[in-house]
Amino acid sequence: MRLLTLCLLLLMQGGVTAADAFRLSPFCPPALRLDEAGQCVLRGQYQAYGSLYDKGVGGLRTGLPPVRDGFTPQQIDLGRFLFFDPLLSGNGSLACSSCHDPALGFGDGQARSVGVQGIPVQRSAPSLWNVGFMQRLLWDGSKHSLEEQLQGPLYAPDEMGGDPQSLLAALQDNESYRGLFATAFDNQPLVLAQVYTALTAFESSLISLNSRYDLYAHGVHSALNAREKEGLNVFRSFVARCAECHTPPLFTNQQIAVLGVPETDGRPLDPGAAATSGDASQRGGFRVPSLRNIALTAPYMHAGNFESLRETAAFYTGGRGHAVPEGEDLNLHWHIWDPELTDNELDRLVDFLMTLTDQSFLPEIPVAVPSGLPVGRAPGVAPAGTHALHIESTTNNF
Amino acid sequence: MTALRSLSTLALTTSLLLGNIAFAALHDVHEGDSIQSAVEAAQPGDTILVHPGVYRETVYVDKDDITLRGVVQDGEWPTLEGDKQLNDAILYSGNGFTVEWFKITHYKGNAIMGQAGNNFSIRNNWIIDTGVYGIFPEFGENGLIENNVLSGIEDAAIYVGMCDYIDVRNNHVFENVAGIEIENSRHALVEGNIAHDNTGGILVFITPGLPIKTSYDAIVRRNTVINNNTPNFAIPGSLVSTIPAGTGIIVNSGDDVVIEDNIITGNNTAGIIVTSQDFATGVAGDPASDPNPDRVQILDNVMFNNGSDPATEVKALMLTQFSTTGPDILAYKGAADAERESCISRKSAYRTFGLEEWGDCTSPTVRAADAVGSAPALAGTTRAVTTKMLPEPATPRVITVDADGAKLVYQGICAGCHTYNIRMIGPPVMAIKAQYGEDASAIAQYIAAPERKRPDFPTMPPQDHLSDAMRLEVAKYMLSLNR
Repeated sequence: MRLLTLCLLLLMQGGVTAADAFRLSPFCPPALRLDEAGQCVLRGQYQAYGSLYDKGVGGLRTGLPPVRDGFTPQQIDLGRFLFFDPLLSGNGSLACSSCHDPALGFGDGQARSVGVQGIPVQRSAPSLWNVGFMQRLLWDGSKHSLEEQLQGPLYAPDEMGGDPQSLLAALQDNESYRGLFATAFDNQPLVLAQVYTALTAFESSLISLNSRYDLYAHGVHSALNAREKEGLNVFRSFVARCAECHTPPLFTNQQIAVLGVPETDGRPLDPGAAATSGDASQRGGFRVPSLRNIALTAPYMHAGNFESLRETAAFYTGGRGHAVPEGEDLNLHWHIWDPELTDNELDRLVDFLMTLTDQSFLPEIPVAVPSGLPVGRAPGVAPAGTHALHIESTTNNF
Repeated sequence: MTALRSLSTLALTTSLLLGNIAFAALHDVHEGDSIQSAVEAAQPGDTILVHPGVYRETVYVDKDDITLRGVVQDGEWPTLEGDKQLNDAILYSGNGFTVEWFKITHYKGNAIMGQAGNNFSIRNNWIIDTGVYGIFPEFGENGLIENNVLSGIEDAAIYVGMCDYIDVRNNHVFENVAGIEIENSRHALVEGNIAHDNTGGILVFITPGLPIKTSYDAIVRRNTVINNNTPNFAIPGSLVSTIPAGTGIIVNSGDDVVIEDNIITGNNTAGIIVTSQDFATGVAGDPASDPNPDRVQILDNVMFNNGSDPATEVKALMLTQFSTTGPDILAYKGAADAERESCISRKSAYRTFGLEEWGDCTSPTVRAADAVGSAPALAGTTRAVTTKMLPEPATPRVITVDADGAKLVYQGICAGCHTYNIRMIGPPVMAIKAQYGEDASAIAQYIAAPERKRPDFPTMPPQDHLSDAMRLEVAKYMLSLNR
């Protein structure tokens, strides 16, 4: 099959060129399965379960919310090349993967991500694991589809700093991309909507539902040790109340919550959702993030406000509103109270959060991207374009 | 702990009737034993009998069809004692869970909390001062909460949160902040309960900012709701901390609520308050949450001596009518508007405020309460609706041990390392098929305890967490793949 694809490419392009290095996989990523219509669709154990109104919130054996799937293998693989290609930024210095690096849980390990201007932006890069399930995107929850959301960072001057015309021109000028887009999109003329579709297709394929916690949820109770089970019970207790907003199975209820997290470095309070929704009652509110793979994405909260999971957990037992700046009257979430968790309970919470790690469906990092630019990696991550496929999946050797 | 798997005639009969349960066992737990150990030993269908004594633990049930039954002997109850140190007494996520005949006291969180378990029964429990909630099923379908006695809870004694098809019957709730709360839930029957000396007796609520946004189709019927005048002792910032003391029944933005045949007396602020979300403040806005109560029907209720000493905000309202006494029934802000289509029977029998635009429920436009599997409602009464529970149990949430279940397990686990024809962590399915042919049972056996077979591949992690039967189904599915 690979040989055949290569031959087709050679025929189409009439000779051996650099473009030949880039082929689109005819196979779905491992989390997805090719259906009769030639589209990749999600299949997994959670689909045996229902959930109230398909909201995908509940307890251990609860179904998932609707997912973005149904893309072709070629669209997903094209999205992968685009995702890692700094061609997508205005000055060719940053790819999506520069802030959403697979080696760092699809974050970048930074408190606040640094854009093309070399200046930290307002907030941290959220993980992209399971992002295809999210009906609200960005920390302020202001975007409702990946296609809509990803145009933000692509074209924001302080993020990737591109512009639509230049991006389209750069892709059309690139022989490899012309071929890849033609393959992924039935030889239609290359337009920006295809870029958004392909990136959405790739990001939606980042599925993490095979952690040790999941095994426990499916009924294998030996998958968690005694301390982790104790942590699960603290997590879902009505004292800590974590599970009320970080609701299984995705560990988010996808709502806006006002926590009153302290800003760092003397920065003013981030108005959060209120700034984009215009609803002043949401001041300081953010979308509840998923906790899956949370162990991989320090530092935490909207601007790297806490260094460690332990420190983050301890915030919730500091007392309702203990870090709200003077003069602010926030509508703190009703679950923010003073649960008086013990040190032992905080430790067990962290033990439990570590069981949510699963990278068994980590995608392959391309060795090279069609622009010829260095593959985008987060600061401090070795740029070596090695095949990262599953190298870190030993975390799931239950 | 003695884990008797005694097979009684009764259990055998039950299992034959249920079909899918091999046999049901009884597990006896005595003082000094751990209830949790019995839960761990139990199989679906089993009953755990907890004998009188004091038990200091958090019991969690993450498997299906378990019954926790207290054995009350000579007036002595099995008591779950939290000593104000433990968080919750009983947590369950399994379906078909029953808990009954326990005394539960001094926990910090809840007495009984469910997360997404369907088809539950919580009955005959005696719950005193267990922190935030007494009984709190969440995200569950088809449940019964019956004959429980609860007091001293700092939020809601019985809190039905984001559930569907629930009956709350014959419970006795007193000296709590809220007696019974139906929140962001649908299809609830609250009947025959006694709610007295709480801050507020019975509440039907929509709380904004939750993932399930609606509350509708609730019948509040034949309850005794009296003297709910206890000063609010909720934790500041909690949702019920804004309930004015002296409130019998509050409908806050819930829709299609019927209030019928209740006795509502001696509640010092008002007998019934119907309000929009303007009533509670301090919560972040949620544009997906409808703030107004629609189609509330107040049918015949016995009401007197309500409103004798109203809370400040209601007193201020009443002063606009030159009265210092609160009403039997108050419609507040958006709840008062004609477009809400709310109605009341025999309005002139009560002292009311804000009901000028409400219709008359006896007119032919009364919307029949929608019921599942019951006779049509009589005009002007819901009496024909005897339950809001489902006629059959809600769909089980199980991975079936057959080709369908195997497909999900294969895709969810195996596909992470094996594709059909390319090398990943494990060898391609093509290569496996070449080696095993049709011999699925050999694969099923191998994957339970794999040894390293191919020098260029890592050892496969064992899949002995899957049952023998499921491993066989998964192996068959793998061998059936052809692309």
